[in-house]
Amino acid sequence: MKLMLHVFPGIVRYPLIASVILETSALVNIERASIDAVSGEIVLEVPAEKCNEVKEAFERRGVRVVPLEIPVVRDENECVHCGACVSICPTGTFRFEDWLVVADSGKCIQCGACVMGCPQRALKLVLK
Amino acid sequence: MQEKSLAEINERIRDGSVRVVTAEQMPDIVDELGPAGAVREVDVVTTGTFGAMCSSGVFLNLGHSDPPIKIARAFLNKVEAYGGVAAVDLFLGATQPSIDRGIEYGGAHVIEDLVAGKQIDVEAEGASTDCYPQTELETSLRLEDFNQAMMVNPRNAYQRYNAATNTSDRTLHTYMGTLLPRLGNIHYSGAGVLSPLSNDPNFDYVGMGTRIFLAGAQGFVIGSGTQHNPQNNFSTLMVTGDLKKMSNRYLRAATFHKYGPSLYLGIGIPIPVLNEKIARNTAVRDRDITVPVVDYGIPRRDRPSLKMVSYEDLKSGMIDLNGKEVTTSSLSSFHMAREIALELKVQVEQGEFLLSQAVEPLSRVGSSRPMKQTKESPNVGDVMSRDIVSVREDIQVDEAAKLIVSGSFDHLPVVSKDGRLMGIITAWDISKAVAGGKPTKIANIMTRRVYSALVDEPIELAARTLDTHSISALPVVDKDNKVIGMITSNHLSRLLARRR
Repeated sequence: MKLMLHVFPGIVRYPLIASVILETSALVNIERASIDAVSGEIVLEVPAEKCNEVKEAFERRGVRVVPLEIPVVRDENECVHCGACVSICPTGTFRFEDWLVVADSGKCIQCGACVMGCPQRALKLVLK
Repeated sequence: MQEKSLAEINERIRDGSVRVVTAEQMPDIVDELGPAGAVREVDVVTTGTFGAMCSSGVFLNLGHSDPPIKIARAFLNKVEAYGGVAAVDLFLGATQPSIDRGIEYGGAHVIEDLVAGKQIDVEAEGASTDCYPQTELETSLRLEDFNQAMMVNPRNAYQRYNAATNTSDRTLHTYMGTLLPRLGNIHYSGAGVLSPLSNDPNFDYVGMGTRIFLAGAQGFVIGSGTQHNPQNNFSTLMVTGDLKKMSNRYLRAATFHKYGPSLYLGIGIPIPVLNEKIARNTAVRDRDITVPVVDYGIPRRDRPSLKMVSYEDLKSGMIDLNGKEVTTSSLSSFHMAREIALELKVQVEQGEFLLSQAVEPLSRVGSSRPMKQTKESPNVGDVMSRDIVSVREDIQVDEAAKLIVSGSFDHLPVVSKDGRLMGIITAWDISKAVAGGKPTKIANIMTRRVYSALVDEPIELAARTLDTHSISALPVVDKDNKVIGMITSNHLSRLLARRR
């Protein structure tokens, strides 16, 4: 399961992820992290059985946590199954099945590459 | 030799006894029955392709207003259409961006909206004459309100198309989609086994006047398309069809990020199996159609080709390039190409789509030469400064500061012992180091990922590098990466000032 962390400026300097890993012993994978002057956004892959524990540990540290259940949606009327999203996705979310583009939303880390890369403008990130 | 006539096949289409297969099914049939057997068993092979076809557009006739207007400039939903033909005729090109929404809405989107039955806002400016006194006009029209809406596309249905990759170290946004840096992916276009012209490469059937499936309507081949180059298996078609009969299923507006609008079109051609030669040609497979993988990281006309690959390789999803497994994906839709070939099969079987005898064969010789450029654009070497100071990485920051103060640039290229470019240092880097207080060597503060220009490339490329990265100077290097000059935004502005 993927968790989106919204980190506020006051706590950006604190080793949040390291402390949560030590507390929960969860094998997390940092899939994306972008931190600037006003906020931080981090996407973590967390084993399903540890998901609630990790979520609560972050929340106790003042981090807003949103599980990414459906990170990217497709407008079926716009998609022509060309495949422009397939090879540009860093996590392999999209693939062909008998020349139809199918999505494994669980792999999406909301980087947005496919949204810009889709010539039909059929893809949108679900922002939370 | 087994043969039959087009009239015979059309007779079978009319009486419902015609035997039709798609170009995907044909190779196995020819393998099994041989060409002669295939001619006996199959009458028509349907093809299809669905992809971005930029060279497309529509002639529109608006009808005459009262008082009448001779339109000089016209905008349809803020997209300019060409008015340099008779008074109320316009040509709307697919790739024209709008003046309000830019590339997110362009000519292709207007065409798509018209086909979808939507109302379009028309603004026209007239050249006032005795016969056409009106100077300005606004109206709102739907597709049915135009007298004619004829699609006329100068270049469609490329026989095959170069695959694209990128060896440079930045992401490129091209008409071949997003190309990731350092051979991050390969994009390709074209239907391969279903491609209409790959199934008739010698134009044994396709010619002027051939009836085709064009975005759901029955259209026609006008002749060979622009850049038609059959000698190198890059043939193209010029086609026409009635927009009023087209369907949005097969006509989709698109936008390539940071490139522009384009039109995705579905085209299909049914090919009659008149003889064994045609049977053999329609038995073409993905593995028989090869294209070069071209490096779009080199922004020149003659982009280097890295490898020849087949559509079978491209469709496998992975290609080995320089020892690296590179993922491939398409920009055209094979799913839709297949749907078009199947739809066409049904239409032929139901007697709705007759085949036509070409009036004239397509040209077997084409031309896709480079542009003759009569006004030479200067190269970087013509405008750069050769009188430059470069430094080695082991000097102290204060020495570098002195060199900048006494010289004419606020950039110093840092070079190795043999003069090769290693980094760059700017007046800003030095100020920052000085403000930091500690004396240090420039090796510790220089930028090592440095953009440079090649001495023999056109200045347009250096200008684009400066612009893309918001920088003001580039070291100029020769082919061995040795620094031989500097080019700055000042050089380029001086050049422009002189031209005026």
